[in-house]
Amino acid sequence: MKITTWLKNIFTEHSTLFILITPLIIIALVTDLLDDTLTERIVITMFINLILVLGLQLFMGNGGTLNFAHIGFMGIGAYASVIFSMTPQAKSIGLPDLYPIFNPIQLPFLMALLLGGLIAAFCAAIISFPLMRLSDAAAVITSFALLVIIHVVLVHWDNITAGPQTLFGVDRYTDLWMSVIWGIGFIILAYWFKESSIGLKLRASRDDRYAAATIGINMVIVRWVAFTLSAFMAGIAGGLWAHFITSFSPKAFYLTETFVILAMLVVGGPGGVSGAVVGTLIVSIVREGLRTIESAINIGQLLPSTLVGFAEVFLAIALIVILIFRPGGIMGGREIRWLKKRPLSQKNEDGTNTTIS
Amino acid sequence: MFSLDFLINALSLGSLYALIALGLVIVYGILKLVNFAYGELIMVGGYALFMLGNLPALPWLVMALIAVTIAMLTSYLTERVAFRPVREKSLTAILITSFAVSTLLQNAALLIVSSRSRAVQFPAIFSGSVRLGNVDIANRNILVIVTSTLLLIALTLLLKRTILGIALRAAADKFQMTRMLGVPANLIISVAFVISGLLAGVVSLFWIGRVGSVTPTIGLSPLLIAFVATVIGGMNSLEGAVVGGYLYGFLFSIISLILPQNLLDYREALMFSIVILILLFKPEGLIRGTYSGERVG
Repeated sequence: MKITTWLKNIFTEHSTLFILITPLIIIALVTDLLDDTLTERIVITMFINLILVLGLQLFMGNGGTLNFAHIGFMGIGAYASVIFSMTPQAKSIGLPDLYPIFNPIQLPFLMALLLGGLIAAFCAAIISFPLMRLSDAAAVITSFALLVIIHVVLVHWDNITAGPQTLFGVDRYTDLWMSVIWGIGFIILAYWFKESSIGLKLRASRDDRYAAATIGINMVIVRWVAFTLSAFMAGIAGGLWAHFITSFSPKAFYLTETFVILAMLVVGGPGGVSGAVVGTLIVSIVREGLRTIESAINIGQLLPSTLVGFAEVFLAIALIVILIFRPGGIMGGREIRWLKKRPLSQKNEDGTNTTIS
Repeated sequence: MFSLDFLINALSLGSLYALIALGLVIVYGILKLVNFAYGELIMVGGYALFMLGNLPALPWLVMALIAVTIAMLTSYLTERVAFRPVREKSLTAILITSFAVSTLLQNAALLIVSSRSRAVQFPAIFSGSVRLGNVDIANRNILVIVTSTLLLIALTLLLKRTILGIALRAAADKFQMTRMLGVPANLIISVAFVISGLLAGVVSLFWIGRVGSVTPTIGLSPLLIAFVATVIGGMNSLEGAVVGGYLYGFLFSIISLILPQNLLDYREALMFSIVILILLFKPEGLIRGTYSGERVG
């Protein structure tokens, strides 16, 4: 189905998109008007995290398998886009061991960003094809193994990265509206994917893999497409983040960030795009609030020692509580919409209605 | 190349890895939970040892026993508080819970102690060595080998000779069936977590004995080792975990010996590539337990 016909129905059948996007635009407008560096920083980070969460939702929510490698592809996207966007002079300082062939290349930011996303997607497509046949514990361990492998490679392959050191000298291209536009674009993409034929097949295989197989769904291919697309989104998020933060090391793309993104998705509810958006918003706000408290305590020296890890402890506890009492997340896998989607109902022989939603 | 020195080293590494792997698999076998918080139990043991070291002189063995007990208690508590309520929900839910518990414990250590590493005191016997023929063998290595052998024998006796052990093995084989025969599920799962904590506690003594200090993130490496070892050996059998642990210990020693320096950095990546390949082509590992459908295509 065409994305344009979907957008036409944005006020009626697909009101979800409208309801999700409007508050985000308002947040962006307010931030723009406030013109406060700290607020802008928080909002840009939130939008980049939103892209990551949407990407994770696309594979994990629709496919039902946990994916730990997501942040690894963010790292690939970050380093790949940086190589193509930095000036040759900056590269000779920031990336002294870079393969000489890349040194003179400098592309406009958007091209570098897209290339970063595509390289991440390409890596994912090649690596993941054989892995998509695994499920359950084996799938989880392989995705975890993949994250470790990507991390080790980023840390040691100093012809591409700056090694374990922090990479400096990236120009700042990502501004507020850049992150907002990509964020909103990916909300539409994630929603469209979920409702598309391939998304529907993926969700069917998540709910019952044997039933899905009997109606001719090739689970491996369907998952593979979702994984690749999800890695593309992670790669773009990585590129945006790299050109926002301007100096980073491979440590940024490891377990800490994985936990935050996973927490956002699980708190909101992995089953739907609304869950991804709501979870990102809530966790971002709570996290910033906790950080403010943390730094206020540290600056005021209210405690004998500095307080670190307080926000993460709180987030971990919140995550466990959500999983215990509301395992489907806040949204429970449903989408927000104001018009009830017209159920496709059919009359059964005994006069009852069967609803297919 | 395969000198006595090398063999003892590899054997001690293998013994340690076998204990690490066994602690992970004993829970996995029953709950099908890959416990990401397992590494943090080792960290908890280490911090317990560090804090006890600050107290006025206790015999080291007593301190070690208390540290192991604390690791067991932590393991039990994570089961009671976090894993039990989500157990029935879904595999993904319980996996994310274990990831959350891992982050929780790590950051609690950050919050309570510090991110900087803390030196842990060990008795002189740990650092000494004995002369055997013409090679020096570190006492620590001998201690690891002896302790793990004794522990494995004790566990084997527990699992094969006692009713509790038989119930544990039955639960690992077919959990639902075991419950139907009247074995209380909660008890069995708690026992599995306690044994897992015991192994983590003992591992922490030797792991931190090698490094000499403890940090909040110290649990990651043993966790990764447990993954590799269990996948090599076979995730669905306890014997597999032990075999996988020893095998990985030897493999690791050999790789460290023959790989050139610039490739040595990628050692971890290499081991994990092997893990992925095994899961793809021989998902049951070397020792085949009950096979659960992990492949869909």
